[in-house]
This record gives sequence, C-alpha cells and structure tokens, in this order.
Amino acid sequence: MHPGVRVGGWSWVWRPWVVLVTLVLAVATFLVFCVSIAVGDFTIELPAVFRTLIGQGERVDEFVIMDLRMPRALVGLVVGLALGISGALTQSIARNALASPDVLGITFGASATAVFVVTASGGAAVSSAIGLPAAALTGGLLTALLVYFLAWRRGIDGFRLILIGVSVSAAMQAVTTWLLALADIRDVARAQAWLVGSLDSRSWNEVWTTLWVTAALVLVVVVVSFQLRPMHFGDDVAAGLGVRYGAVRAVLLLCAVLLAGVAVSAAGPVPFVALVAPQIAMRLVRSPVPPLLASGVFGALLLIGSDLIARVVLPNDLPVGIVTAIIGGPFLVYLLVRANVKRAA
Amino acid sequence: MTALRNDAARLGAEGVTVGYADRVVLDNLDVTIPTGVITTVIGPNGCGKSTLLRTLSRLLKPRQGTVLLDGHDIARLKTKDVAKRMGLLPQMPIAPEGLTVADLVARGRHPHQSWVRQWSSDDADVVAEALRMTGVADLAHRPVDSLSGGQRQRVWISMTLAQGTDLLLLDEPTTYLDLAHAIDVIDLVDDLHEGGCTVVMVLHDLNLAVRYSDNLIVMKSGSIVAQGHPSEVITSELLLDTFGLQARVIDDPVSERPLIVPIGRTHVVPKSDQNLG
Repeated sequence: MHPGVRVGGWSWVWRPWVVLVTLVLAVATFLVFCVSIAVGDFTIELPAVFRTLIGQGERVDEFVIMDLRMPRALVGLVVGLALGISGALTQSIARNALASPDVLGITFGASATAVFVVTASGGAAVSSAIGLPAAALTGGLLTALLVYFLAWRRGIDGFRLILIGVSVSAAMQAVTTWLLALADIRDVARAQAWLVGSLDSRSWNEVWTTLWVTAALVLVVVVVSFQLRPMHFGDDVAAGLGVRYGAVRAVLLLCAVLLAGVAVSAAGPVPFVALVAPQIAMRLVRSPVPPLLASGVFGALLLIGSDLIARVVLPNDLPVGIVTAIIGGPFLVYLLVRANVKRAA
Repeated sequence: MTALRNDAARLGAEGVTVGYADRVVLDNLDVTIPTGVITTVIGPNGCGKSTLLRTLSRLLKPRQGTVLLDGHDIARLKTKDVAKRMGLLPQMPIAPEGLTVADLVARGRHPHQSWVRQWSSDDADVVAEALRMTGVADLAHRPVDSLSGGQRQRVWISMTLAQGTDLLLLDEPTTYLDLAHAIDVIDLVDDLHEGGCTVVMVLHDLNLAVRYSDNLIVMKSGSIVAQGHPSEVITSELLLDTFGLQARVIDDPVSERPLIVPIGRTHVVPKSDQNLG
C-alpha cells in the first residue's frame, strides 16, 4: 500500500516514481526551453541565457531573448501543456485512449471556424488578438456539443463517441478545405500557415491571453480532478462512491474543450500532441490512467522540442505540427511494442 | 463495524414507480430491507430485480414514491452521504488495466476524502482491514486484471467495505463465475453478514439464493409476489407461477434449507424409479 504524506490535517498519497518522473520531465522541459531561446540566427551562450532570465543579462541578449524569442517559446510551452491536459481529460472521461480532442473533432471544429473568420473578414482577424481565439473557442465548443449530443444515448459509450467524433472531424476538415477553395488567394496563404500548426511570429499580447486563460482552466482542473479518480471505474461505481459524475464530467469536459480551443487559437491545430502526450506520460510514470500533470508537462516538452527541431535541425523552417507527428507517433509505437515484448517475456 | 441486528430497518422503499422512457418497470412498489440479514432478490429475467436494486442504491430516480435510507429520503441526501452509509457493487464493474488491488480498494475511501485530505492514516487502516477481511491482502500489489474472476470480485467487495459501511448492495456478484468461485464469493458475503453487515443482493442462481439468504424477495413483472425465509417462500407452485419452471422442492442433504431440483423435458426418469431420499 502507498504511504501517505501528512502535514497537519492535510494528506496525500506518496508516489515517489510519479513525482520523480514528472520532475525529470519538468527539468527537461526547462532545459529545452532555454536551448530554444538560445539558438537562432544569433545564438546566445546558455549561461548568458540564464543571466538574462534572472534579469542580469546584456542589452542585446535581453532584446533577442525577451522580445523576439520568449513569446514564441512561451506560447509553445503553454499550448503543449494545454493540449496534454486536454487529451488526458478526454481520454479519462471516455475511458478510451483514442478519445483526444483531435480525434473527437474539437480541434478541427475550432480550426474550421477560425478559417471561416479569416476568409470572411479578408484576413483582418489574424492580426487581432481577440477575433481568431474567440472564433476558435466558439467553434471548438459548438463541435464538442454537437459530438456529445450525437453520441448521447442514455449515457456516453466510448466507442460510439469516437466513431461520431471521427465523422464530425472529417466533416470539419472538409468544410475547412471548401472554405479555402472559395477564399481569396492571399487569405488562403495566411490561413494555410496557421492551419499546419505553427509558432511563428508570436507577440507578447497573444502570450498573455493564452497564458492567463490556460492558467485559470488548469486551476479548475486541478481542483475538480480529485473527483475524476473514481470515474475511471464507470458511472455506477463512481455514483456508489459518492461522485456526482454528471456534473464532474460536464465541468471537466468543458475545461478540456476550452484548453484545446485556446491551444488551437494560439498555435493552430497542432496535431497529435493531445493524443500522444497522455499515453506516453502514462507509460513513463507507470500509471494505469492518464496522469494529468505529467501529460501536460510531456505535452509542453513535445511541443517546444518539436519546435526546436523544426527550426534548428531540419532545413527551411518546417511548421511544428509536422514535427510533433513525426516524433510523437513513432515514440508511442515504440512504447507499445516494448510493452508487448515485456508481456510476452 | 457495529452490529445493527434487530434494529429498525435502515433501507426501504415506499410506493416507488420506476421506468425507462415509456416502459414502467416497477409499479407502486413497497419494500423493507431487514437489518443484519442477507436479503436476496430473485425473479425471472426482466422482472425488475436489478431495477429495484438500482433504485434502492439511488442509481435510478423513481418517478413516484421515495426510497428511505436511515429515515431520510435518499433523493434529498448528498451523494457523498449516501456513499458513506451504503456500499454498492454494480454488475460487472471495470478497472483500468494495470491498476493494483491496493489502489482499487483505496478508492473505496473516496466518500471520506477531500482535496486536501486524500490519504489519512484512518484511510490506510480501513483499507488494510478491508483487504484482510476479504482475503486479498496477499494480492495487494498485483494488477486487478491479472486475477481470476473470483479474486477480482473479492477485490471489488473489498472496495465497498473500505467505504466503511455495514450496508452492502451487490448486483449479481456471482455472474460469470464458475460454481467453485461463486461459492467462494458468496461464502465471503456470508462472513460479512456474520460480522454484522446488512446485505441486499440480486442473484440468478436460485439454489445459491435459497442456501445463503435469510430473506428472499421474489419478483415477477415489476411486483413482489412473495417475501420471507426461503423455507417458507420456496415451493414448486411458486417456481411454476413466477419462473414457469417445473421443479421439485426437496430437503437439501447438506443444509437445513430447501433444494430446488428442476424438471426439464429430457433426462427425467419415470416417477416410480425416482429416489429422492
């Protein structure tokens, strides 16, 4: 049995391995973050980066890091965190590893609405800090509601939810393609750049919106997620253990949809992070269910790591979305194959 | 755990009508669950026995009537308070792959926990005791999915015990178990009853129900047709009326209860050759 950590009337289960792995992931994320703001056309030594971060760097470094690179890296960090947690929530609630916001259509619903706003407004929305995020959030929410009601039949069945999610997702991608086919060629270029998922040219304005909304949502998730734990056993057991599962599910699903919506509005529909980060985090911390915090941290690591690779290792500045898929996919396959080998042995 | 034998009934229903969509499953039904004994609900498929159990456990909300738990209208109690007063084991619960026995049983403490108080020393003690009482302490670190069906059912019962209640509702705890494991699980339920628990369960196997229950509730088409001690309730007429089952009721050679011997169309020797000592 797990020992407890007890301070006064407060107590938690002590799981050293989970804490250790999450800490290692966090440290790795911080290091990748520092490397990410160090490298570029003008590379800064790591010690100088640390000095700049604590406010004792040189003028030039400060300008390059704080004004040029920090916004992009921070958005990457927050978007990865939001996607990781969003995926962990939807996978836990649907009790199905495939149930991530991308598979359920939320991501593509958000991007279809965003593309609609971009093309209908003649590109004006891309530059506004409110228009695009608001459109993406609304689109994500509406798609989630649509999928939820289509999948509802005296409760939610994970398999049916995914089938409907996949269908709606495909429909939303078709709508996006159709909108692009109709649109003015200049708007198409703008929308396309956003659609592959990219962290290019972020400003501090976008950072703050993304950061605060994500922080507020994560806070709600952290508080409510205590009620999520009995829900891994299904509705009846959860009710028997005193959980008002309908309300808890509604709140957490809303948070998951909003987190995915915020991520999409900040960086475009970056594929695969929400699907793969919780599954990888789960295997790394050896948890039977997606761990919320570790999923978020791994999502952040995957996203800024991919962005770094896209900028530095690969030629001609690929969008981050392509790299997350190239890295995340094989890594999950590797973990699954390794588990099979272990089981067979 | 305190024995509550001979106390007033803790659980009962008054005039409950329950249905799904346009179908009424239970119609204006009254029932009282005696304290400190094993009550088993039996009846043919679709008679509403699981619906009754789900109504008593507040999983289903009756259209009319009230379920009373310790004198309170259960619909007005907080979900958490209901969970502190009764443990519920639904049909075929699922555990995430890889979850250990100790972690599953520890979840039974949920109704007593809060965000800041997630694992107190009380919790640890109660879980250890629940594991011991159900004989699964040695399996504590094994994943639940690596256990046999019978062991798994013991673990789930252990989780409901960890809720710290002496009122247990079990929906078909022996489904899909072979006879040896079914007996093992139901012996455990009997141990808990000896320890002072009130148990309400739904069983499919009539002879197990007769052997282990002190109080039988026989249902047919949403109504209770008989209730009482198995020796008084179980007759060949009742079996024919409610189940449509041709059977002879004889004395059980190993217990003081009746034994149901079903009579099918085949493999029945002529009456003159029967030897039913």
